[in-house]
Amino acid sequence: MERVPILRIGKTLLVTIQIDLQDDIVMQLQEDLAEQIVATSATGVIIDITAVEIVDSFIGRMLSAVGSMSRLFDAETVIVGMRPAVAITLVELGLSLPGVRTAINAEKGLRLLNGRT
Amino acid sequence: MDDLPIKVSDDIVRVRQQVRAAAAACGLSLVDQTKVITAASEIARNALVHGGGGSARIEPATSPAGRAGVRITFSDSGPGIPDVGLALTDGWSSGNGLGLGLSGARRLVDQFELETQPGAGTSVVVAKWSR
Repeated sequence: MERVPILRIGKTLLVTIQIDLQDDIVMQLQEDLAEQIVATSATGVIIDITAVEIVDSFIGRMLSAVGSMSRLFDAETVIVGMRPAVAITLVELGLSLPGVRTAINAEKGLRLLNGRT
Repeated sequence: MDDLPIKVSDDIVRVRQQVRAAAAACGLSLVDQTKVITAASEIARNALVHGGGGSARIEPATSPAGRAGVRITFSDSGPGIPDVGLALTDGWSSGNGLGLGLSGARRLVDQFELETQPGAGTSVVVAKWSR
């Protein structure tokens, strides 16, 4: 099974999703992130979904879950790079991604996290 | 086009890819493509998780008003949906989702027909038309 790589930059974990998200990969990423946040004492997680063409309720639920979970480890999650068409669809679907913050791009996401400390 | 099987979670990704190709081919806007792909993803997962697997037929179609579009027919031979009204209610879920699967998918498409009988499976037909 493919895995989404998790990069560490200082106290931040960076996840760039560049594959078509299959349900198993989504579940695995959630587990990997939990482990990595604890292992690295990260205070922030950036999930870059620039390349993600659709976010359905399953993927949306994972993003929210990562946000809520990271908070239990005193880390903040920022979703960056959401495509306009994805945002429009999410709203119509009824998903508001509770528990996560969003930023236009990775740079602004990093700034958001750094402003926190 | 042949029916695409929905047997494993990989198949949901394949359904999405085929719907994307069909939606682009019939001239749907990027937003409308995204909406119909997302709806297809929800319904395909429903067929897999609740219907025990099924199939999807993706085909070009024309609306009554003569607009080009894409139509997708999902069928499964699962237990059926006992209370369709409830299943189409936001927030109601029989599984571990957010309960947005069917109700959310319905909002994303232009045509939505659901047929189900307890014990006889479920079929969902959705269509999205170009503007």
